[in-house]
Amino acid sequence: MSTPKMMPKTMFQKIWDRHVVLERDDGQILLYVDRHLCHDGSRQGMSKLKAAGHKVRKPAQTYATPDHYRPTNAKTIDDFQDDQMRGIVEELAENAEIFGFHHFGLDSDKQGIVHVVGPEQGITLPGLLMCCGDSHTATHGALGAFAFGIGASEVAHVLATQTIWQRKPKAMRVSVEGTLGFGVSGKDVVLAIIGQIGTAGATGHAVEYAGSVMRDMDMEGRLTVCNMTIEAGGRTGMVAPDEKTFAYCEGREFAPKGDRWDHAVADWRTLPSDEDAVFDTDVTVDGNAIAPMITWGTSPENVVPVTGVVPDPADEPDLNRRKIHEGALTYMGLTPGMRMTDLSVDKVFIGSCTNGRIEDLRAAAAVAKDRRAVVSTLVVAGSVPVKRQAEAEGLDKIFTAAGMEWGEPSCSMCVGMNGDIIQPGQRSASTSNRNFMGRQGEGGRTHLVGPAMAAAAAVTGTFADVRDLMAKK
Amino acid sequence: MEKFTKLTGKAVPFDSINVDTDQIIPAPFLSIMRTEGYQGLLFHRVRRDKAGDMNPDFIFNKEIYADASIIVADRNFGCGSSREGAAWALVDNGFYSVIAPSFGDIHFNNEMNNGMVPVRLDEAVCTDLRAQLHANPGAEITVDLETNTVTAPNGDTHSFEIPDFNRERLLKGLDEIDLTLNYTAQIERFEAQRGQTLGYIDD
Ligand code: SF4
Repeated sequence: MSTPKMMPKTMFQKIWDRHVVLERDDGQILLYVDRHLCHDGSRQGMSKLKAAGHKVRKPAQTYATPDHYRPTNAKTIDDFQDDQMRGIVEELAENAEIFGFHHFGLDSDKQGIVHVVGPEQGITLPGLLMCCGDSHTATHGALGAFAFGIGASEVAHVLATQTIWQRKPKAMRVSVEGTLGFGVSGKDVVLAIIGQIGTAGATGHAVEYAGSVMRDMDMEGRLTVCNMTIEAGGRTGMVAPDEKTFAYCEGREFAPKGDRWDHAVADWRTLPSDEDAVFDTDVTVDGNAIAPMITWGTSPENVVPVTGVVPDPADEPDLNRRKIHEGALTYMGLTPGMRMTDLSVDKVFIGSCTNGRIEDLRAAAAVAKDRRAVVSTLVVAGSVPVKRQAEAEGLDKIFTAAGMEWGEPSCSMCVGMNGDIIQPGQRSASTSNRNFMGRQGEGGRTHLVGPAMAAAAAVTGTFADVRDLMAKK
Repeated sequence: MEKFTKLTGKAVPFDSINVDTDQIIPAPFLSIMRTEGYQGLLFHRVRRDKAGDMNPDFIFNKEIYADASIIVADRNFGCGSSREGAAWALVDNGFYSVIAPSFGDIHFNNEMNNGMVPVRLDEAVCTDLRAQLHANPGAEITVDLETNTVTAPNGDTHSFEIPDFNRERLLKGLDEIDLTLNYTAQIERFEAQRGQTLGYIDD
């Protein structure tokens, strides 16, 4: 007698199946949320909850930390200059009191950007379904979780019910094959992917990043890649958990311990996609060909290698698209054919949920060491533990000796909500994830790069190819 | 939530692709509570010139569209940040439906959670609709959720798909949390069983 063969499944499908509470006749599915992450911007959802008189269904499965509104110069709540920002950060602490959820406030050694805190504290684990009222929630998929961003109404819904209504996205695999060259990071990989498939390339899909480049990549790099899945339009991005993942999770505060740990790892080993699992969409990216990348326009898909030039709108056959391309060039103050390495930079930002982790700071410090920043540069660790680790390694000294600013953990200049902004017309090299018009400040011109490239821009004042700079060392 | 059945109104042809939610409402306004209202904040930055004055060329500033209630956009409308303020800025400024070839995933849900109907139509249809609207500024479009159709200024009708779950909620104006609380027994059952399979997780 032959045993019936199970249908091969993708990792995404396996995790999805585990979380189905019910399916309605109309195909709408109610999914269970294992862990819900909140931040200071989640207040709209919390206030909706209060207004409707609901409680938080599972406060123990809800974790919050202030990040968007913490000024980078505020060590404590008393240092806030702005009453509104202080009020917003205090409101989160009050809500934590009222509802009873975990809260890592300004005085906590766990505070930081919610997407840095989750993995760091072992809140994020393989196989979990996680939500957060923030679009970069796919970050957590780097550990093999199914994590996605939601809006304020949905935040209120998850708080009240610990569930979320969804329609199943399609499955997409992005295989990055080959080996990355010297000076090429996770940020360059994800920018290259977005450049190849476009900002709507993964719309309606759950993305699994696979291939030798992803397998070889460290956890920080994987977190960076998954973080920017939303910039390709994807609902979620994930990487199959492996020994590196387990080693990363082990011993962290909210990760299982002892016997439970062994059970967990045994379970997590069953998560990766079955060998013959079928994806609705399959994309391959040549990892060998990826160079340090840099965006030139106002959408993350407007990206070229550092060796490239500003593309010519005349090459765009569609007239409407050509107009948009021209508009982006005007906004960015660029002309077609300019070499990226010839552009001068006014401001450098190193940090954010994309590149605010310890490996990112190490990469930036390696470039900044024994050099001087020639433009104003702000370095902001993604969390208190990252900041302390960096200080223990003396990275902060390298940055400050180079004349760079070293701030308190927050979103900072990624979005400018804490007051860290660039001025109209200023050109920034930023390790964040969005080069949208005005994102970093009214009229600001953002170029997205990896942390080593940002440090190279800081010490040269131009978009120097970091590979040349490092070769000289 | 307000009910949506059928809407006939002026439609703004908006030719940009990748209209991100930072453009729809800039981040500094997100500290405004929902209950305070989001009037006057729609496209706050992009509708102004460098000096901060209204740019007369920006289509939403044209007098004829002051009372418009529909937007016909291009691909990837509402991409980027999950901020629900983008949907609030749209509804509080009178827009109850956006028609586009594709939407940012989270924004699509945010619209529906605020009584708006996001309509996905083929890129060619959207391009044609915008051309008709440009040729005849102030022309009206009908979005009918009972028949799942859009009627163009030239009388052509196009059917669209929207998940039945959301359609029903929009037609009846149902609050999502209240609806889900009807399933509390199932959620409890799931939690009990989850305690066994995911016993290694400390909640
Ligand atoms: S760092 Fe930037 S992208 Fe990340 S959560 Fe904060 S504001 Fe959002």
